[in-house]
Amino acid sequence: MKRTTTETQPLLEIDTLSASIHSKTLLDQISIQISAGEIVALTGESGSGKSMTALAVMGLLPNQVDVDGGIRMDGQDLLTLSETEMCDIRGRDIGMVFQEPMTALNPVRTIGDQVAETIRVHTKASRSDALARAAEVLTRVGLPQDRFPLGRYPHELSGGQRQRVVIAMAIALRPRLLIADEPTTALDVTTQAQILDLLRDLSQTEGMAVMMITHDLAVVSDMADKIAVMKSGEIVEQAPTRQLFANMTHPYTRDLFEASRHQANMPDPIKAPALLQVQSVSCDYPLPRPHPFAKRPAFRAVRDVSFELQEGERVGLVGESGCGKSTLTRAILGLSETTTGTILFDGTPVFSHGHPNPDVQRQVQVVFQDPYGSFNPRHRVRRLITEPFHLLPNPPTGAARDSAIAKALSDVGLSPEDADKFPHAFSGGQRQRLAIARALIIRPKLIVFDEAVSALDVRVRAQILDLMAGLCRQYGLAYLFISHDLSVVRSITDRVLVMQRGEIVEQGATEQIFQSPTHTYTQSLIAAAPQLPELGDPNAA
Amino acid sequence: MFAYLTKRLIALCLSLAIASLVIFLVVEVAPGDPASYMLGINAQPDTIAALRSELGLDVPKHQRYLNWVGGMLVGDFGTSYTYRSPVSDMVADRLWISLPLAIMALCLSTIIAIPAGVLAASRRGKMADAGVMTATQLGVAIPNFWFAMLLVALFAIKLRWFPSGGFPGWDNPVKALIALTLPAVALALPQAAILTRVMRSSLIDILGEDFMRTARAKGLTRRQALWRHGLRNALIPVLTIIGLQFSFLLAGAIIIEQVFYLPGLGRLVFQSISQRDLIVVESVVMLLVFAVITVNFIVDLTYALADPRLRRSA
Amino acid sequence: MNRNLIVGLVLTCLFIAAACVSFVWTPENTESMNISARLQPPDAVNWLGTDHFGRDLLSMVMVGARTSIAVALVAVGIGMGFGVPLGLAAAAAQGGMLDELISRLNDLIFAFPSLVIAILITAVFGAGAINAIIAIGVFNIPVFARLSRGAALSLWQREFILAARTAGKSATRISVEHILPNIANLLIVQGTIQFSLGILAEAGLSYVGLGAQPPLPSWGRMLADAQTMVSLAPHVAIVPGMAIVLMVLGLNLLGDGLRDALDPRLQVRRA
Repeated sequence: MKRTTTETQPLLEIDTLSASIHSKTLLDQISIQISAGEIVALTGESGSGKSMTALAVMGLLPNQVDVDGGIRMDGQDLLTLSETEMCDIRGRDIGMVFQEPMTALNPVRTIGDQVAETIRVHTKASRSDALARAAEVLTRVGLPQDRFPLGRYPHELSGGQRQRVVIAMAIALRPRLLIADEPTTALDVTTQAQILDLLRDLSQTEGMAVMMITHDLAVVSDMADKIAVMKSGEIVEQAPTRQLFANMTHPYTRDLFEASRHQANMPDPIKAPALLQVQSVSCDYPLPRPHPFAKRPAFRAVRDVSFELQEGERVGLVGESGCGKSTLTRAILGLSETTTGTILFDGTPVFSHGHPNPDVQRQVQVVFQDPYGSFNPRHRVRRLITEPFHLLPNPPTGAARDSAIAKALSDVGLSPEDADKFPHAFSGGQRQRLAIARALIIRPKLIVFDEAVSALDVRVRAQILDLMAGLCRQYGLAYLFISHDLSVVRSITDRVLVMQRGEIVEQGATEQIFQSPTHTYTQSLIAAAPQLPELGDPNAA
Repeated sequence: MFAYLTKRLIALCLSLAIASLVIFLVVEVAPGDPASYMLGINAQPDTIAALRSELGLDVPKHQRYLNWVGGMLVGDFGTSYTYRSPVSDMVADRLWISLPLAIMALCLSTIIAIPAGVLAASRRGKMADAGVMTATQLGVAIPNFWFAMLLVALFAIKLRWFPSGGFPGWDNPVKALIALTLPAVALALPQAAILTRVMRSSLIDILGEDFMRTARAKGLTRRQALWRHGLRNALIPVLTIIGLQFSFLLAGAIIIEQVFYLPGLGRLVFQSISQRDLIVVESVVMLLVFAVITVNFIVDLTYALADPRLRRSA
Repeated sequence: MNRNLIVGLVLTCLFIAAACVSFVWTPENTESMNISARLQPPDAVNWLGTDHFGRDLLSMVMVGARTSIAVALVAVGIGMGFGVPLGLAAAAAQGGMLDELISRLNDLIFAFPSLVIAILITAVFGAGAINAIIAIGVFNIPVFARLSRGAALSLWQREFILAARTAGKSATRISVEHILPNIANLLIVQGTIQFSLGILAEAGLSYVGLGAQPPLPSWGRMLADAQTMVSLAPHVAIVPGMAIVLMVLGLNLLGDGLRDALDPRLQVRRA
């Protein structure tokens, strides 16, 4: 059963909605219509006003925000309703799912209790009736009672399971509209695919209208009936999905689309001797003692991992959260010791006698994920990017130092004058450039990118990927690219290692792995990753 | 839960052991020999020696420590040097004033602070919030013994509603409670100011949490969300402060007892200090430390009850 | 701009200035007694009135500020001087033996009823300003140790610290270069709070006769002296009491104001 095309009246009609705070415009003349059973996606980069639109529909905008225009549900204008009337609508007629499942649930109350609450707030159902219905709904979202009894607390569930609980809370009363605000952004790809399937299924079988908010075009490309692209509070383009991908009218949409599937142009790999050798490495994590006299148990985060990385080679290390890739990264950087096995760089151990080896550290630099947390907010760029000079026996001083700073900054596309600014003067993408400048300044042979583009908007991400390609060409750098996102790794690496539960389950040339993955885990990862349709492909959507 | 309990219990015993050792050592290094102090400067050396052995002062230090701790474990706190009566009896008499006082003050401060904190947090930035916050700024700044003096001047001397000091005994419970009212208020109000601020900021933190937004999305009103989801989470840090406050209240009681001439533990301590009756000082301080450590232990347990995350892990 | 900061700064500076001026000048000599002019209410000569020995209360309050501020300030110094390095070391050890040891010691000192122990210390070693400083200072150590450990621990997880580690810097160097400047705000704010608590504790100790000894005037003992005369001459109790309240209030407002002014989130907005 697809949507009822005969229906003329849309369920939700957002009509020239504007919002502003202290005369700063947040939303500008937004108009969207959603019919029953229809999935409409709102997409755009961070700060484009997607979530703001969702909160406006829910009537949950902060008090200081001035709203203008109309939000009609079944012809009734929600903006004219009192707070009490809105409370009746929220949870009963409109359900909402949020981005961060880890914090969206009250930690001190059971999941059954929290799902039943939606029912008890709106109906006169008794506690036991509400709990019975909660059990039904939880089963419906894939949390059967035999494995997930009502008495579970949120901290006993994984992120994906918690998101199912949040969805259960939102759909407990079969609302006609479900708003999902980045519902899968915080989840691993395989979990993401399951949650998307669930949402699609709910929309189809319950005839629920879904407003889906996401920054990721690929996520909605094969699920939304209609896509609205937002940029700085405006809808720049809105069309049925198939039509939108076949014929993008607005340049911004095209930019987003191109950036989402951007392929950086990497130089051909050079055949060279092994630079980094990871030899049957295992790493243990101490766990809390079960009782005070017990021996401290350990969790084996990395199990017997071996691989090599040649000079000038780009290798991707891919796996979902908790697979051990961060632990392995720390060991490679010499930040922690391995439990067994050795890591050699140019034949020298990375970590020996309880200390990282400075000669190795000089050759290996790192770029981290968070463009905001990567810099000491109290230091100027000059001081920040020269920090690795600490590793040199005779760091350059005076004019030599200044020219090194200027060179590093211009290498990453920033200006030498930026040296005297503080990090907060830069945008997220620029900070990531700064982080690369810091890694580059002592001319390492290997740069480790630890989720280095995961926090960036797609267009910025495309630029940073191009920069990495250019630097690789210029300096013959080797890259170790750690990511949870297969698609990013595809364009920029020669070889990929897939990690699951502490082990490397598959490794090989990138294209080969993408074309014909042999391990079932790799296959499921690739299958779960949302794909953008080809431009103009009539089978899209 | 079992692991958490044993861990806390071991920590409790260790704390008590170290505390007793510290207190013993501090008192040990005190100058002056109790026996010669009691007998005056003209005493004969052999009388002093006899008294020393009677008081158990002639055995080696470590032996004395063990005797003291061992005695306390079976409820024997030793014999007062000055009064030659069991310390446990003296302490028990005084405890009947100090403990009710501290408990009254704790209840009073909690009863005032939690609603005030909730009010301020839920009306954040409005008049009610500003009023509560100004009151707490003052409350935190007022020394409780001065506040006590002002209370006496107003309610006891001027209005004659309450006695200005002294304690009539528990034979007449109403009179006894009336005598403890002003001291309890004096103790409670500054503590209530601190607790109100903690309650307010804890609740404001919780109100900004994602799950509060989830609750609103379910259709709960602001008030429903606050009571059903905010309060219990916000109370978790407040519990810790209530536990810590017990120690302040016991110590504060010692000073407040001076203002109201209450024959509680505080007066006992000061009397014993001036008479160099160190065994009494030692035992009273140990008792107070025991009370504080135990209360904090109980708070840790309630913590585990309030927060399901602690029940399984840790 | 920040009203708390201004009011707090003005009050605090006022008392510090009064304490400094008292070294060279007071309206009257605090050691000279004038029994005939005792318990005078405030007038044109004695702005705040006189006490039971006929001493000028304004002069007494000025000299008393000296004692209070000195005791509280040195006690904060002791707390920071020992507590911050301990906290930083514990955080740098990250779950190692040292961290465990320091944290347990902290918990232990926290569990002691501080004022009771202060009373014990001053009782055993004798009453006096020095012993009061030690007694108050010792209990400031775990406050600063716990604060700096907690703040440092979360900083150690930040990526800029990881970056410094990959630049081969030692834990000590990272603590001094990256951690300390980033927790300085917190320490300053806590410092003013502990300063105000120190003033209150000193007043309490000298009220029960265990603080600064005569003839050195102190606010707490002025209150103890005034206790029997509250009904006769209320100003004798009100003046030193208000001095304590205003000083503590000033420091607390200063702390709140500094917290807002130094908040990096607010700074970014201003930049």
